[in-house]
Amino acid sequence: MKIENYISNYCHIRNNTVSVNGELIFKEDSNSEFADFSKKGYKQLNLSYSKFFKMDNLSKLAFLGAEYVLNATKIDADDNVAIVLTNRASSLDTDRKHQGSIQDKESYYPSPAVFVYTLPNITIGEISIKHQLKSENAFFIFDAFNADFLHAYASSLLEKEKAESVLCGWVDYDGEAYDCFMYMVSQKGQRKHTTNELKNLYKNKD
Amino acid sequence: MEGLKLELKEKIIEQLNLEDVSIEEIGDDDPLFGDGLGLDSIDALELIVMLDKDYGIKLTDPKEGKKIFESVAIMATYITANRTK
Repeated sequence: MKIENYISNYCHIRNNTVSVNGELIFKEDSNSEFADFSKKGYKQLNLSYSKFFKMDNLSKLAFLGAEYVLNATKIDADDNVAIVLTNRASSLDTDRKHQGSIQDKESYYPSPAVFVYTLPNITIGEISIKHQLKSENAFFIFDAFNADFLHAYASSLLEKEKAESVLCGWVDYDGEAYDCFMYMVSQKGQRKHTTNELKNLYKNKD
Repeated sequence: MEGLKLELKEKIIEQLNLEDVSIEEIGDDDPLFGDGLGLDSIDALELIVMLDKDYGIKLTDPKEGKKIFESVAIMATYITANRTK
């Protein structure tokens, strides 16, 4: 029997603003760089998690998006929360930094702390470590936000009982350009989990 | 030696992204790993790269780092004795 799934909470991080379920949480000056913006996003959450500052920008973006959604959802480590993330630029921003450190044979000093972030699915690792999740997870690359794919994948995980809920989203970072839309899908919530709803929410249209 | 210790503290904070740690909070003999600054295995590798890049010291066995990176004072002593730049 096909079960009905719902979107319980969602978060946008774009244009130096953070909003949760459509409500503005905070906004930074439009000239603010991501480093300052993300630090304020972290402090706004009242976290004490120094590992955040060691993450690359893509992981910081994913971590913040997940924190805002999971704070609103309230999960336990025992909850079977799968994670499915997508983006366009993969880990290219950090890949370039790593490439820069190995470009010159006379000055060949690759940074281990940079190298460990040269895969986009490390973002999922950071979220899983923070929330002690040992669940199904996957990271996919698309040209643009793909509501059809995310809807089908999350629905499949839930219908096959591979997870009780799925943290899904689009987390893209390249240069100073970034876009994060994360949401939680489960059998609880107000909004039906449909591709049209996802497309509208991604665009931030209620 | 005091200047080198200060330099190492500055480098550790900057290169290991220790956001909420100040130079004054790192004692010369404080343990860097474990209960001290709480550095991890990636930080240890980063310190090995720093020794090579900034002081011309190549550690071929990462296990050597365990002793050398016990504290800023021990690092400074080791660097003073082995630096090539």
